[in-house]
Amino acid sequence: MAKTNTFFDEMTSGKDEIRSIYSAYSQWLKDTSNTQLKSKNQEAELLFRRVGITFNVYGETDGAERLIPFDIIPRLLSSKEWDFISKGTIQRVKALNMFLHDIYHDQLIIKEGLVPQSLLQNSQYRPEMFGVDVPNQIYAHIAGIDIVRIDESQFYVLEDNLRTPSGVSYMLENRKMMMRLFPELFRRYSVAPVEHYPQVLLNNLRAVAQNGIEDPTVVLLTPGAYNSAYFEHAFIAQQMGIELVEGKDLFVSKNSVYMKTTEGPRRVDVIYRRIDDDYIDPLAFNEISMLGVPGLLSVYREGGVTLANAIGTGVADDKATYMYVPKMIEFYLNEKPILENVPTYDLSKEDDLQYTLSHLNELVVKEVQGSGGYGMLVGPTSTKKEIEVFREVIIKNPNNYIAQPTLSLSQCPTLIDESIDSRHVDLRPFVLSGKETSVVPGGLCRVALKKGSLVVNSSQGGGTKDTWILEKNHHA
Amino acid sequence: MLSRTADHLYWMARYIERAENMARALDVTYNMSLVPNEDITEAMFWSPALEISGTTEIYEKDIGEVTAANVINYLAMDQRNPSSIYSALKSARENAHAVRVTMTTETWESINSIWLEFSQFLKQDFSKKGLREFCDWVKTRSHLFRGVCFGTMLRDDAFNFVRLGTFIERADNTARLLDVKYHLLLPTGQEVGGAVDYYEWSSVLRSVSALQAYQKIFNDTIEPWRVAELLTLRCDMPRSLHACFDEIILILEALSNSKNNEAFRLAGEIHAKLHYGKIKDIFQSGLHEFLSDFIKSNDLIGQEIHKHFLSATY
Repeated sequence: MAKTNTFFDEMTSGKDEIRSIYSAYSQWLKDTSNTQLKSKNQEAELLFRRVGITFNVYGETDGAERLIPFDIIPRLLSSKEWDFISKGTIQRVKALNMFLHDIYHDQLIIKEGLVPQSLLQNSQYRPEMFGVDVPNQIYAHIAGIDIVRIDESQFYVLEDNLRTPSGVSYMLENRKMMMRLFPELFRRYSVAPVEHYPQVLLNNLRAVAQNGIEDPTVVLLTPGAYNSAYFEHAFIAQQMGIELVEGKDLFVSKNSVYMKTTEGPRRVDVIYRRIDDDYIDPLAFNEISMLGVPGLLSVYREGGVTLANAIGTGVADDKATYMYVPKMIEFYLNEKPILENVPTYDLSKEDDLQYTLSHLNELVVKEVQGSGGYGMLVGPTSTKKEIEVFREVIIKNPNNYIAQPTLSLSQCPTLIDESIDSRHVDLRPFVLSGKETSVVPGGLCRVALKKGSLVVNSSQGGGTKDTWILEKNHHA
Repeated sequence: MLSRTADHLYWMARYIERAENMARALDVTYNMSLVPNEDITEAMFWSPALEISGTTEIYEKDIGEVTAANVINYLAMDQRNPSSIYSALKSARENAHAVRVTMTTETWESINSIWLEFSQFLKQDFSKKGLREFCDWVKTRSHLFRGVCFGTMLRDDAFNFVRLGTFIERADNTARLLDVKYHLLLPTGQEVGGAVDYYEWSSVLRSVSALQAYQKIFNDTIEPWRVAELLTLRCDMPRSLHACFDEIILILEALSNSKNNEAFRLAGEIHAKLHYGKIKDIFQSGLHEFLSDFIKSNDLIGQEIHKHFLSATY
């Protein structure tokens, strides 16, 4: 395990020199009093609360609304660093889409022996999708790729989010907030804009309507106002100028999907859905779900409507599949992977299991299908008792877990109470696919606000930052 | 637009309007209670406030004894009372929250900040102090909400459903207020006049922001039948039944799916009565009968709006 003082720092690289990308900003930071920063921070909180940027945390009393803490000190990346990240994530998403098409059609990658047949037993693999053709062979129209940095040149992909990735509203709203709070900084820097994200997304969604539909109707399907990401659903729908619908607003008739409007039924061509596979059609999946649209799957399979993301993408972002992504890139694209995977131990393999069990205090162990930072063990920060409890859990069902070395996530200066301290960060760029695959320069930067914590999830006390891709390097 | 969205917008506006009217009724009743009047008991004095809001029966069940303190708290803050200011503002916010995507940022912020600011009143006992400030705050917030809608919303169906909710609710409230007050203040065969009557009628007018208008139009002592005329037939009086239906008829006509619906026909029928009616005729056949018919028809329009636009089934 790395010692605290050896973490890579985005501003100082962990030594006492300012990295060139930060030279101007660090000077500004030095010239700005903590009281000023604090008051900007309070202003931001007030504004966020007024526009209602809150999220519901499951398990909190009466679904209380809470603000995700926002940190006013941005994370800076150079255009060169971004170039590397964007090429790497685009490459990755292209390969993942090809993988999804393949396993729901010819399954060549399995026949070649590059990924095990057992992946098809994964509960996220949807046999209903076998042989179904989706427009442009795109399955993951929206992908969030979580990236962490270890040192100056080493980036890792922590995980791929291909189901209903969230967080993009924070990328957009954080930027808006920063421009409001610090207009002078934006005058001085050329920060790559992110505001066109909704437009790119809408164009992509329109491009994946079934053939022959002119001027397709696109809607965003949300589980409703009590979902933790509802704010984001509403926000994105508004930004794209499309209807935000719930399951009860839609119905299926004669191989088409319609929405109920004050002027009568209106046909829907593309559904940007933010409901999980399990809940999207009570006739096909979870029959007690009240959130979905009965009969949707059969219309979808017949090509009467496009879903984004497609049904069954979960099999490709599963933590058990993750370790095969580099092989996919080589197999489908015939390219070397640009971004690396974190070395991963597959606990369904006896050797990996034994190694993991004897190194629990060094490793991070994750549930294969877990998300949101729940159901995981961070060895170095856990007590002996916690480790022993988790050991029993692993032994009961090793197939359910993977393990990875504890990564020394890079740190970023962060305003904590009234002073600046270093906190660990990650980055989730959003990769969009429709006609082409592209990524808006920026992403959701999550920061672990607890000192020393490596868990950045908002449900576990994480906050967010704006991410600035600087189009050229700046000096003070 | 989506039926569900229209439904939420319509009810959001109705609840805001309801909160405002509740605040108006409370405010004037409280004011009147400051005028000495030995002929009337506390219970007699405060019962009409319950009647205007249509909560007499549930009050009986939830609270029982009619006292100033009980009624004030029940109408302002009680969560059991679906028409209390607390419940109305909470429902307005919930409706808004469900469809914020269709609202302008300013509209949402205006309604969300009502709810955020409301928390400062939660612990207050208005029967002791602060009722007037609270009522003023509710009225101001409602004005602001309407102004923000008017000033920022695209003139599309969403806007129309918001306005429709406002005027259906307002027409109902004005009719109830007049009905209860007229009944109460004018027992059969009794002459009007005297200081208490003056205060009573002027407070009725004040509760619908119509006192100055009355003085300007009639420039004379306050006559009950003129108050009735002002609140029913005058189209230039913004809270009158006629004014509400001038708006309702235009909105129903402007809605994209306006053809062949019963709501539009009914509204036209009522509008014609208000437009061509004479106050003398109304009094001849009874103001109370006229108003209860009106309240029923207005309610029926509400139901037809639901059937035709808001809960469309196919």
